[in-house]
Amino acid sequence: MIVEAYKQENKKNTNPFADQRFTSRILSILVRAAAFFTVFILVFIILYILVRGVPHLKWSLFAWEYNTENVSLMPALINTITITLISLLISIPMGVCSAIYLAEYAKKGSRLVKLVRLTTETLSGIPSIIYGLFGFLLFVSQLKMGYSIIGGACTLSIMVLPTIMRTTEEALMSVPDQFREGSFGLGAGKLRTIFSIVLPSAIPGITSGVILAIGRIVGETAALIYTAGTVAGIPETVMESGRTLAIHMYVLSNEGLYTNEAYATAVVLLVIVTFINALSAYIAKRFGGKCE
Amino acid sequence: MNRSKISTQEMLQTGQSSNRLKIVKAKEKAAKCLFLVFACMSIFLTALICIFLFKNGIPAIMKIGVDEFLLGTKWKPGNNIYGIFPMILGSIYVTLGAMIVGIPTGILTALYLSYFCPQRAYKVVRPAIDLLAGIPSVVYGFFGLVVIVPIVANLTASIGGKGKSIFTASLLLGIMILPTIIGVAHSALNAVPKSYYEGSLALGATHERSVFSVMLPAAKSGIFAGVILGAGRAIGETMAVIMVAGNQPRMPAGIFKGIRTMTANIVTEMGYATDLHREALIATGVVLFIFILIINLSFSYFKRKSEREG
Repeated sequence: MIVEAYKQENKKNTNPFADQRFTSRILSILVRAAAFFTVFILVFIILYILVRGVPHLKWSLFAWEYNTENVSLMPALINTITITLISLLISIPMGVCSAIYLAEYAKKGSRLVKLVRLTTETLSGIPSIIYGLFGFLLFVSQLKMGYSIIGGACTLSIMVLPTIMRTTEEALMSVPDQFREGSFGLGAGKLRTIFSIVLPSAIPGITSGVILAIGRIVGETAALIYTAGTVAGIPETVMESGRTLAIHMYVLSNEGLYTNEAYATAVVLLVIVTFINALSAYIAKRFGGKCE
Repeated sequence: MNRSKISTQEMLQTGQSSNRLKIVKAKEKAAKCLFLVFACMSIFLTALICIFLFKNGIPAIMKIGVDEFLLGTKWKPGNNIYGIFPMILGSIYVTLGAMIVGIPTGILTALYLSYFCPQRAYKVVRPAIDLLAGIPSVVYGFFGLVVIVPIVANLTASIGGKGKSIFTASLLLGIMILPTIIGVAHSALNAVPKSYYEGSLALGATHERSVFSVMLPAAKSGIFAGVILGAGRAIGETMAVIMVAGNQPRMPAGIFKGIRTMTANIVTEMGYATDLHREALIATGVVLFIFILIINLSFSYFKRKSEREG
């Protein structure tokens, strides 16, 4: 019966799979085209910025002083480094300690852990402009820091906290239990086991997370405009305002007077961020599998 | 916790003096409490952000009137008229536009990575997507400003387009959310058991048909989570949108006309706003925040769902 029906069908259409083949062909082309488009866009953006920007990379752009004659990016670069360091100084201890609790102490699936997970996810989904607004309300206005490096750094340290927490927790989880058991067996307490055995084994994972956080800080604009402010020089103390590289670039392209310098700044920014991200990926890949 | 009990017992057996044991025990306990406090930090910070935004924003909404504020079509701070409906629409339109660009491209690229990609191509495409994710939004914005805006302006000059428009912003945002969608969709696709694919092949389906009719539906919760995450990124994006969307606080007049989003509203005017104007901007942030919270919660829901299915 089935064979008869099949033959009947076959008479109508010499190849029953022709239709499917045709669709398959089109789908296959679509998939490849989409992948090509994605890579093409990336290459196009990077090449375009490089080609237009590299010729304008002059030594004068790296002068110590910023003025309207020479919109040097050096002060912004130094401010970026300062803000990054202060943010990390706040967020690393916070992130690592809370990850230690989640990975080493907490019972899996307890209510507290669920709540921490949910809030961490929420924090990582909040857009940077909301962080900026929050930082403006809390640090700049309420705590009267004014537009300052420290205000910007505090804001950013909250922003990168979820990244550091998550990567540290994953790194701690991937440390095999035998390490801990061995340490307990030798008579070490829990605290000692964590600090002498577990944490050192998890360093590469933590480092790659921290570098990822640095990448986010360096590229951040919206969270900093109303917390760190846009003053172009190098401030004398951290209580004063100073712009980072990303804000510097935004202001330059917004003013429209220094387009060439904006291209050059984009090159510097792109190179730094790309290098940082590649470094993070490299560390994660190189050392990530080691402790398994 | 079991472990620490065992180790303290062992210490007892080895005959440590009970005094020292007490100190060690106290230390352990103190450390545990300290870690617990830090772990609660993210709960505390989330609550703090909510409280600060709502405390500073809600009074303004009440003063202006919920209807006036959310549905008012005019934003004229000079005349004390604060209606953010144009900005809400602007954010939604731009996000939808970004979805139209980003979803098909993102999902197809994820499919390519999972099922069509030779090993050598994978080594190029995967890092490329990570790079795309790492480009700062201000660089995207600048690229949009100097490349996409002039092109769109040229193409739409005949119908009065100025280049900075919903269309331009959608296109740029669509590119910006690609890595997010691709990343989540790719891992969701990889989590689908290989046996599904083999079963489909055994039934006579082609490779493409197996991928599109079996693997893709099986990963749909995870892919949906990626799409929602992408929507969150798009609606929250600020700098790139300011640079290419035109920034006019008026009702959307067409996809080749300029517009202002909620995020852009905050950044553009926060610098010089005072009193009620400033509060109205914070209230704009509150509305945006509520959008984000809804998006986040649905993301968590679909992520959990896909984990359960996987």
